[in-house]
Amino acid sequence: MTDFLNAIVLLLNFLVIPGIAYGCQLALGALGVTLIYGILRFSNFAHGETMAFGTMFTILATWFLQSNGISLGPIPTALLAMPIGILAAILLVLGTDKLVYKFYRKQKSKPVIYLIASLGVMFFYNGLIRFIIGPDDRIFTDGSRFIITAREFKEMTGLDQGMAFKMTQGITIVVTIICVAALFWFLNRTRTGKSMRAYSDNEDLALLSGINPDRVVMIAWVLTAVLATVAGTLYGLDKSFKPFTYLQILLPIFAAAIVGGIGNPVGAILGGFFIALSEVAVTFAYKQVIGYLVPESWAPEGLVQLLSTDYKFAVSFTILVIVLLVKPTGLMKGQSI
Amino acid sequence: MTFNLRNISLFAIMGLLFIAVGIFNSWSTSLFILNFCLISAVMSLGVNIQWGYAGLLNVGIMGFVALGGMAATLVSIPPVYGAIDAGGSGILFSAFLTAIAIAAIYYAYNKLKGGTRKLVITAISILSFFVIRHYLDPAVDAIESYDSAGTGNLGGLNMPILFGWVLGGILAAGAAWLVGKISLGLRSDYLAIATLGISEIIIAVLKNEDWLTRGVKNVNGLPRPFSVPYEVNIQKSTYWMDLANSWGMSIVDLSSIMVKLSYAALFAIVLLIILYLSEKALASPWGRMMRAIRDNETAAEAMGKNVTGRHLQVFILGSAVVGIAGAMLTTLDGLFTPTAYQPLRYTFLIWVMVIVGGSGNNWGAVLGGFVVGFFWIEAEPIGLWFMDVITSGMAEDSDLRSHLLKSAAHMRLMMMGVILLLVLRFTPKGLIPEK
Amino acid sequence: MSFLIGENMTGGYGGADILHDCTIGVEKGEIAVVVGPNGAGKSTAMKAVFGMLNIHTGRVMMDGEDITSLSPQARVQKGMGFVPQTSNVFATMSVEENLEMGAFIREDDIKDTMEQVFELFPILKEKRKQPAGELSGGQRQQVAVGRALMTQPKVLMLDEPTAGVSPIVMDELFDRIIEIAKTGIAILMVEQNAKQALNIADKGYVLVQGKNRYTDTGEALMADPEVRKAFLGG
Repeated sequence: MTDFLNAIVLLLNFLVIPGIAYGCQLALGALGVTLIYGILRFSNFAHGETMAFGTMFTILATWFLQSNGISLGPIPTALLAMPIGILAAILLVLGTDKLVYKFYRKQKSKPVIYLIASLGVMFFYNGLIRFIIGPDDRIFTDGSRFIITAREFKEMTGLDQGMAFKMTQGITIVVTIICVAALFWFLNRTRTGKSMRAYSDNEDLALLSGINPDRVVMIAWVLTAVLATVAGTLYGLDKSFKPFTYLQILLPIFAAAIVGGIGNPVGAILGGFFIALSEVAVTFAYKQVIGYLVPESWAPEGLVQLLSTDYKFAVSFTILVIVLLVKPTGLMKGQSI
Repeated sequence: MTFNLRNISLFAIMGLLFIAVGIFNSWSTSLFILNFCLISAVMSLGVNIQWGYAGLLNVGIMGFVALGGMAATLVSIPPVYGAIDAGGSGILFSAFLTAIAIAAIYYAYNKLKGGTRKLVITAISILSFFVIRHYLDPAVDAIESYDSAGTGNLGGLNMPILFGWVLGGILAAGAAWLVGKISLGLRSDYLAIATLGISEIIIAVLKNEDWLTRGVKNVNGLPRPFSVPYEVNIQKSTYWMDLANSWGMSIVDLSSIMVKLSYAALFAIVLLIILYLSEKALASPWGRMMRAIRDNETAAEAMGKNVTGRHLQVFILGSAVVGIAGAMLTTLDGLFTPTAYQPLRYTFLIWVMVIVGGSGNNWGAVLGGFVVGFFWIEAEPIGLWFMDVITSGMAEDSDLRSHLLKSAAHMRLMMMGVILLLVLRFTPKGLIPEK
Repeated sequence: MSFLIGENMTGGYGGADILHDCTIGVEKGEIAVVVGPNGAGKSTAMKAVFGMLNIHTGRVMMDGEDITSLSPQARVQKGMGFVPQTSNVFATMSVEENLEMGAFIREDDIKDTMEQVFELFPILKEKRKQPAGELSGGQRQQVAVGRALMTQPKVLMLDEPTAGVSPIVMDELFDRIIEIAKTGIAILMVEQNAKQALNIADKGYVLVQGKNRYTDTGEALMADPEVRKAFLGG
């Protein structure tokens, strides 16, 4: 029995909890992609950089707060600094929309033109971020590292395996729940939110109903900037901030959005968790878990790892491919908000 | 291309830029940039075939470039017999099993239906994964532990590297077939995302499958094509030494220039062949049909054209060209470094070239490759000079100044982004518009 | 002069003109029906009245005011309601949300209007929480009409409201349209089912190649042997 509990705790500690935290980050990222797809109808390749940009300003503000001795005690200071990052990201995306995308909206360009424009935007953001903060790794986590340490857990339960619950993981989960709840309240309960869903569902009819497209687009960008900054900051707190990783995270984010059904917010969240948990589960070494569950003589010699962690992108891609082959609309029906 | 004054002068200006670099900087630098531009132009041609002819969005150019690089490497380096003895049979057997598994999945896909089909295919996939891993893993370990500091991989075929260019094209075409089969015919964004994914995976494979590519340990000292001499040989020859003396330049400089010139000649030949074929194809009934499909997919489909099939063709062709260019690039470098493949440099920069040059026009794509390639390399000194000028008024030890100087290198990313956006907005047809 | 009238309209979608000196109008509380063969420009004429395409000659007047230069959105503000022929509901949104979106431009309380719509179409009240995309064709048309009524329009324009619905549903829909007209709303509609539509019409327009061919009361047109022979199948 203890062995069984140990195995469970081991899985929770190294697979489930990190997977959920990562899933939250992907879900928030995928929500941003899906919102833009639903309203402006293109895949925004600059989304990863938007996340990095918001995070960068959060980090700068964090440093400023830290140097002035302001902190939140056990909670990372970055949470206090996040509004600054969000504000910067909002200004950035609204400025970009005005200078870049608005023109193509007036022209009624094909989505693929927006996509290429978003590549240009991505390039620009990328340079801008490296110009301001440099290409290096930045760690900006402070406060206490753990909510429950592995040792405390062992003392509490008497098990061999400890389950650590990192502060950043806790924060990620709580903040994600708040953000998602607020977003769905907005989309389903407020008039403005409903008008966004209406616009996403049927643009022509929305125009006939007197819904102002410029306003809808503006709100979509603002929401995207907020979600991107929150997702980026949580990701940066949990791992570390490096501009390049935000380019790479684009693939799992797109995969999450498409797997869930692009344009569908509920799908984006499901997709985020699906991708994240699969990624962690496939690259997890099960040796120790199996060791607890089977008699000693059966214990495996190797790591029992399906794929090395370097192939985590392959996991999101494979899932994406399977979904495209089997159900191109995604798990939830896509293309609407 | 219509040979009007404008187009000819655009190319002439480009030529003058190279001459200017040669005179004011050095001929060696000028030729270095020229070689880079020639390869970029081939890549740009390949992407133009996909985007310009058919409107297909490939965001995984990097992956096809890297496949070409791998092909050049594996063809040219000598085999490692010890490693082959240790694990070659295991690898072969795994490959054989993989083939069986794919055949079984294919058979099940065609013979079965509905739920059973999904179940059987899933079962075969999972089962074969573990069986193959069972045979593959020990073989890989054996290979990688054989002389891991020196080789640690199976080695290659020890054949002329030019064969690697062909193989590069073939490998890239194969990968393109796979991606195209899956994602063509779906929403256009999906091809973009699928290609982004496959390129990341190709890079991950190249970095991690040490038995094949040595991974991050890199492969260096690739043999040169037959027509390209080695510097040491030139430096030993009395003929060249005399020539250097009579021209009043050092033999080291002359040998470096000669090597670069030989490469440039080779690349130029490939570029011209591909350009000629592309132009022929574009003017043929096939090319006209491609453009008709691009301009009105629905109408073409209604006329009974197999749009997805044509798209697959064009996607494979374009990717093959990119693969060849990738092999050329690795040949030029003389070494294969999987970590050097960065999406910004190998995917998005090529996009800038195509858009700037003029999508749909082969000459435009070539010019775009030259212009953007040139400024990509020259942007760094220009950026540095620019920052120097801006910061010259600041104090020597100013933090801002040192930050600005240090960050000048990132200016070019911003510059490329801005160029792409400006061209897309104000001259969406590019420097040399489509006819 | 009629309450709403498009007078001597000539224009098209940018290429060749589709409408040639075409006039259609409707009075408050009346039903005007536009019929004609395929490609006669029926829908185009209606869209011209609603401002969805440019007419270079002629004008559109509503309640004595020239609205020719207004955008469709502005015309909605002025009191026009338009039900497009296809994709005329927000398929992923509930019936209630559809109605709510219909009233988007209104700042006042919309509860009463919604109750009126539910009275007119009781089935919608039952299905108020269901996504409109999951309803049957006839019910979807009811949602579409209900959505347009939410702005409390003075004129309701319907583009082939009975396209693709069964005859029974069509009859019921026409009954509802008569009821709507009785509340004092002017109704202008384009119909394929000419016979049934002219039966309920106060005024009928027969268009051919973008021109007015016959204009009379619905009854008179039905009685006219020439119209019967050429357009109503005998």
